[in-house]
Amino acid sequence: MKLDAKIPEGPLAEKWSKHKFNLKLVNPANKRKYTVIVVGTGLAGSSAAASLAELGYNVKAFCYQDSPRRAHSIAAQGGINAAKNYRNDGDSVYRLFYDTIKGGDYRAREANVYRLAEVSVNIIDQCVAQGVPFAREYGGLLDNRSFGGAQVSRTFYARGQTGQQLLLGAYSALNRQIHEGKVEMFSRHEMLDVVVVDGQAKGVVVRDMVTGEIETHAGHAVLLCTGGYGNVFYLSTNAMGCNVTAAWRAHKRGAYFGNPCFTQIHPTCIPVTGDHQSKLTLMSESLRNDGRVWVPKTKELAEQIRSGKIKASEIKEDDRDYFLERKYPSFGNLVPRDVASRNAKEMVDEGRGVGSSGVAVYLDFADAIQRLGEDAVRAKYGNLFDMYYQITDENPYKEPMRIYPAVHYTMGGLWVDYNLQTTVPGLYALGEANFSDHGANRLGASALMQGLADGYFVIPYTLGDYLATIGPKAVDEKHPAFAETKKAVEDRIKQLLSLKGNKTVDEYHRELGKIMWEYCGMARSEEGLKKAKKMIQELKADFWKNAIVLGKNEEFNQSLEKAGRVADFIELGELMIDDALDRTESCGGHFRIESQTEEGEAKRDDEKYAYVAAWEFKGEGQPEALHKEELKFENVKLTQRSYK
Amino acid sequence: MSGTMNLKLKVWRQPNSEAKGSFVNYDAANVSPDMSFLEMLDVVNEDLVKKGEDPIHFDHDCREGICGMCSLHINGRPHGPKQAITTCQLHMRSFQDGQTVTIEPWRAKAFPVIKDLAVDRSAFDRIQQTGGFVSVNTGGVPDANAIAIPKPVADEAFNSATCIGCGACVAACKNASAMLFVSAKVSQMALLPQGQPERYRRVQAMVTQMDEEGFGSCTNTGACEAECPKEIKITNIARMNRDFFTAKFFKQEEV
Ligand SMILES: Cc1cc2nc3c(=O)[nH]c(=O)nc-3n(C[C@H](O)[C@H](O)[C@H](O)COP(=O)(O)OP(=O)(O)OC[C@H]3O[C@@H](n4cnc5c(N)ncnc54)[C@H](O)[C@@H]3O)c2cc1C
Ligand code: SF4
Ligand code: FES
Repeated sequence: MKLDAKIPEGPLAEKWSKHKFNLKLVNPANKRKYTVIVVGTGLAGSSAAASLAELGYNVKAFCYQDSPRRAHSIAAQGGINAAKNYRNDGDSVYRLFYDTIKGGDYRAREANVYRLAEVSVNIIDQCVAQGVPFAREYGGLLDNRSFGGAQVSRTFYARGQTGQQLLLGAYSALNRQIHEGKVEMFSRHEMLDVVVVDGQAKGVVVRDMVTGEIETHAGHAVLLCTGGYGNVFYLSTNAMGCNVTAAWRAHKRGAYFGNPCFTQIHPTCIPVTGDHQSKLTLMSESLRNDGRVWVPKTKELAEQIRSGKIKASEIKEDDRDYFLERKYPSFGNLVPRDVASRNAKEMVDEGRGVGSSGVAVYLDFADAIQRLGEDAVRAKYGNLFDMYYQITDENPYKEPMRIYPAVHYTMGGLWVDYNLQTTVPGLYALGEANFSDHGANRLGASALMQGLADGYFVIPYTLGDYLATIGPKAVDEKHPAFAETKKAVEDRIKQLLSLKGNKTVDEYHRELGKIMWEYCGMARSEEGLKKAKKMIQELKADFWKNAIVLGKNEEFNQSLEKAGRVADFIELGELMIDDALDRTESCGGHFRIESQTEEGEAKRDDEKYAYVAAWEFKGEGQPEALHKEELKFENVKLTQRSYK
Repeated sequence: MSGTMNLKLKVWRQPNSEAKGSFVNYDAANVSPDMSFLEMLDVVNEDLVKKGEDPIHFDHDCREGICGMCSLHINGRPHGPKQAITTCQLHMRSFQDGQTVTIEPWRAKAFPVIKDLAVDRSAFDRIQQTGGFVSVNTGGVPDANAIAIPKPVADEAFNSATCIGCGACVAACKNASAMLFVSAKVSQMALLPQGQPERYRRVQAMVTQMDEEGFGSCTNTGACEAECPKEIKITNIARMNRDFFTAKFFKQEEV
């Protein structure tokens, strides 16, 4: 199958408007004859479900938590970008577009990113109208802060809880439609497969997580808004339940997987304390507005800190290396995430890491506290400082925070065209679940923007075009594909429940995470990746022999839930490694040690790798087929990224 | 960090909503003070799984105190002994070697137990569905800066908006009242200009649904405020009561 991204003709700034005009419409009276299935109720799913229901479609929405309000989007801290230029500091749609393309190290589609920047301004209007309490200034107008990879202040925020407030806004819109009877909500339901009828997505198979009942649901289209797969690394900043299952099952039914190896490692997270660690906690990027990142200048001083002989605050100014400010004077502490993370790793590898483990660098607020006062710092970041204190028992107002990079976001995801449709007609992917807008590295505060752009302002237009084409005839749930897919799900559950080995699913997950972090994390090499591929294949074989999965299907069974997710992660892990092996260049968060500049920065190879890697599943045990979508840059010039 | 500890756990086990539950004792050995409370339970669960026993079921997701999914009544207090945090943020350094820790689910008629420590809080969603929104459709809204909102008002609304819907307020209340939860949303909207057109309709609808769900009445004991991990203020309840009575007696035409 040939990949067609369906990018509209015409000048960049006119593509979306023209495209919207050319898309077919469903007439208002016909909309209620269609049913749309929305899996996931994060920013992407809630906004899509609410907006489609407002238009008149019938929506069935699903999430695995006990309430749609708890989707992982709730945890986003720092903010959301929008090209409002309220600061008069030179921002524009074009600049946001440009920053995002450059931040993504030129591995995203120009047309998609421009559209994202274009609709960003509507998102803020929409959220304010819903009553989202963004931070305001004394004049009563909206406040902004700065985020990495940008030299303008375009980030809107709600203290350190922006995701929570945006999601509660989308949840309120969703609730209104549930109340109107236009959305039927299924909480505590996990999607386990897509039903494909004659090549088109027509439904899903889900498991009621309380009763274990396996249900089928039919619809004219299926939207996957199921978030990212960072938990393939076991430890990440993602919520415990974040998984790849929905996307992976869709992949196995024909949806290509785009750039699976593009993972974002966030520079500022609370370091690991021990083997019991179940997840890592992010300290928002917004902290780099005022916090300064440093390590001691010498290994000897670092050693004294590690052994507890001296405290950070006792180290003289001259003995500190503010390495980001030193190496990148124009962006300083606000370099993009991939750059900040790699530099932290470099310091630790040089033996200048701090904390008892030595695997951390400092994020210091002493200057900011002196300049602004402790109260002002508390007003801006209070909840983050409290969170840090709860976890570490250390007071960040007195001693600098210890931070280290951790897996945070996945730029890769299901391949979609300009309409957000996957390679399976009728199957769409929105939000973090798709690969679309962030290239090889996502800029801070852009995921919330993308999720809401997809849900509020893109899918309501593009989905109509498809629905108008297929017509409103009811989907026949009697079609054998429904029963067959249901049976496949039941068989897999039976197989999982038959595993009565001697190793817990968590042990497999931790092992997988170690392999991925070591060989497919911040630095990747051909040798390491090849080794990891073998290790994962062995892990998979072992899992299906020796894992312990308890209980039965017909009950609330967290053991079974976990096993299904980890089994999918293991398979995904292998594909990520294949993808990382294929891409011998470095770009953004994908750092192949074979491809770096003299200064140790990621070195792209635009001749060979200016493409999206879209992987096609070819059957169990078969190697996946690689399809390439060439990326054409007609508006920006490809340059080596520089933040110096 | 100090050494590890050994704890005795008394955990409520209940296979499903119909079954009768009971306490079961477990030992939690070699607990590091750096572990979170849920990580301690993870370790206990992994041991149980190795022995082929059903792990203790509990709800959780973000593990950073924001999704509101975790719950647990720990030694008689919702979210455990510390103020202003959720169970997932509670760390084992708050406990002592040799201590007995009793762990129960939220107890309220409107929150039936699903299994072990997990309860059904969907009543909260149904309350929100009746009125916890501003009726605006996607698109066609004014510019975000078209309405100025004084910073103190915005901040106050924000404080109410930080409720995570965990249900600790209900669990803490001897009447199992949901007033704090409901009033947080009502207040957020009542404070903001966007919420004015539906202000009185909203409060009536949400309070009516709250009563239908079987939550108890408020007798001003303040336990909810004391146990709320987000420090939602009881003044929200006063504001809601005021609006509710205004709606009932003076604003029927707006309801
Ligand atoms: C700690 C943290 C902080 C962040 N801070 C920021 C920030 O400041 N700014 C920013 O722009 N971005 C931030 N991000 C990234 C951003 O939050 C996410 O990328 C974004 O919220 C993802 O939204 P989503 O709607 O795509 O998916 P999610 O919010 O992850 O929602 C996924 C939904 O899918 C459902 N689901 C998943 N699998 C299944 C299944 N199999 N069956 C049924 N349902 C399923 C879940 O129940 C959930 O409802 C942060 C991320 C983290 C981890
Ligand atoms: S008011 Fe507090 S205790 Fe009650 S649900 Fe909200 S956050 Fe939880
Ligand atoms: S697990 Fe999310 S608040 Fe505790």
